[in-house]
Amino acid sequence: MESERAYDRWRRDYDAAKLRRPSFATMSGIEVDPVYGPPDGEFPGVYPYTRGIHASMYRTRLWTMRMFAGFGTAVDTNRRFREIIAAGGTGLSTAFDMPTLLGLDSDDPMSLGEVGRCGVAIDSIDDVRDLFRDIDLSAITTSMTINSPAAIMLALFVAQAEETGVARARLGGTLQNDILKEYQAQKEFVFPPRQSMRLVRDTIAFTAAEMPKWNSVSVSGYHIREAGSTAAEELAFTLANGFAYLELAREAGLSVDEVAPRLSFFFNAHIDFFEEIAKYRAARRIWATWLRNHYGATDERSWQLRFHTQTAGVSLTAQQPENNLARTAIEALAGVLGGTQSLHTNSMDEALALPSEKAARLALRTQQIIAHETNVANVADPLGGSWYVEALTDEMERQAESLFSELMDMGDGSMLEGCIRGIEQNWFQRHIAESAYQLERAFNRGERIIVGVNDFLDGNEAEDLELLRITNEDERKQIARLATVRQRRDDDAVRRARERLANEAADPEVNLMPALIDAARAEVTVGEMMATMAGVFGRYVEVPVL
Amino acid sequence: MTVRVLVAKVGLDGHDRGIKVVARILRDAGMEVVYTGLFQTPESVAVAAIQEDVDVVGLSMLSGAHMTLAPLVVEALRQRDSSIPVVVGGIVPSNDVADLKAAGVAAVFGPGASDEEIVGAISSLVSPTE
Repeated sequence: MESERAYDRWRRDYDAAKLRRPSFATMSGIEVDPVYGPPDGEFPGVYPYTRGIHASMYRTRLWTMRMFAGFGTAVDTNRRFREIIAAGGTGLSTAFDMPTLLGLDSDDPMSLGEVGRCGVAIDSIDDVRDLFRDIDLSAITTSMTINSPAAIMLALFVAQAEETGVARARLGGTLQNDILKEYQAQKEFVFPPRQSMRLVRDTIAFTAAEMPKWNSVSVSGYHIREAGSTAAEELAFTLANGFAYLELAREAGLSVDEVAPRLSFFFNAHIDFFEEIAKYRAARRIWATWLRNHYGATDERSWQLRFHTQTAGVSLTAQQPENNLARTAIEALAGVLGGTQSLHTNSMDEALALPSEKAARLALRTQQIIAHETNVANVADPLGGSWYVEALTDEMERQAESLFSELMDMGDGSMLEGCIRGIEQNWFQRHIAESAYQLERAFNRGERIIVGVNDFLDGNEAEDLELLRITNEDERKQIARLATVRQRRDDDAVRRARERLANEAADPEVNLMPALIDAARAEVTVGEMMATMAGVFGRYVEVPVL
Repeated sequence: MTVRVLVAKVGLDGHDRGIKVVARILRDAGMEVVYTGLFQTPESVAVAAIQEDVDVVGLSMLSGAHMTLAPLVVEALRQRDSSIPVVVGGIVPSNDVADLKAAGVAAVFGPGASDEEIVGAISSLVSPTE
């Protein structure tokens, strides 16, 4: 391996790769190479993967245009899913509403006003049946953006798929399941960190043993950045969390090579174009180096950092919302030039509401223009070798390494401990809040211009976008659906399933997935499963720092 | 006299970037700021506001539940015979502003409101006490 030159390895893999087209040329007919650079330099598809994880990159397959959807009841979202599949989509990405994300039933008093608003409401297996009705779960992949109740959602999904005759081993998809960033940034936590990590461990072990096509954790920097971090903090905290999950799995007896290939990443694409590209390049290089040298991974797939990108919600403005189309296009281009595996583009109206159908279509069209009109996908890592981008890549890596050292010190040599203590001591939260504050100061002093907000204000009066309005009608419908389930189910089976769950939760050695799947089949609700576990695990109360 | 403000997150919305930044802006402007953390109820906000004897309550709402929850906070205060004004900041479509004001919300700050605008509006809501 070491003896083979990067170029030779790349050439061998590139020549063996299937390509989308026989040749790639510019608009004016100039034939272009798959990648440019000196023969003794780095190449895509070769360790340390700074230039991309595949030798042929987008010449073989474009990135997946994975658009996130979910609203109202399961029936509403099922209709949107089937439209996506009919339009040729092969991947679904489920957005859940806030009560579901926090493990509350729709009839919980705390859920008032939130049911079906930011995503689909899921209370029990009955809703999952409707969510995936007439969808062949063995033929598509499903991404589920959920964290605190991630193990429950996986259990509901497995139970429902098996009801329709699809074995769990045939299910492909991704569970976000990244609880660390919830405490650090997104704040949809329920249990204390260590108890939550036990559930993550259980899902990693369960999917490693029984669901070979499943990605157990999507380690997410997106929310860290949205909460206000710098690019380097997003990079460092996300990779540190990834290392923490590897160490967690190792404690459960799994090898790094069993787990690492099933972790994927999720990064933000913010508006500082070159800095973002440098961030993605640095992310791949750091992951590869750490996995190989620090964690001793020997499988190349363990070294390869795969990531999804979403354009920055926080960069969108409510003023002159059409300007957001331009912002999103620039951000999406950074994701593509940075070598992303999949991409979600935000809609121009999202500083105001959930996207309208028209705005969501324009967002997808933005990706299609980049993919099919600009020719940027013809050459791998086209900015590699730029003195500026290479210097920024090195600087990203340097800043990340310095934050890793602090975390390692906090954890006495363990990244897992460092991340948990960093949360408990508000280290992450303080970093993020401070960076957010500094950005706001720069904006308020006029050092940072946001078009339409603190400069170039002409045109701010007109606001004639058609916005998606979500009424309280969905909330009433969903509560009625849940009442029907509560009425018709077998109360004894519910009680037995909850008792088993409580008993097994009390024994940290037991994997909770079988008990959760049992509970899902007995139509125990998400809120009931969470409450049962909270009875054992306790609930986390954040002491906020300002 | 120092203006005292309770900033609060009501309901399930965990987006706390804005509230933390605004809290620091208010402090920079010389106000005293109390923040009770995430996942509060309208009642818990009203009780805390009265206990802390604040001059203004500021709600940060980014999940779209403002039409349901903001009026409940006003109501919870008024039921306790408190006239503390309530202001709302966050993602609030301009069409909702009039309805929120009709429900007793004293001021609404949409996305992109400047520091001066927020500080100025809160200061002007606080009438000097004898």
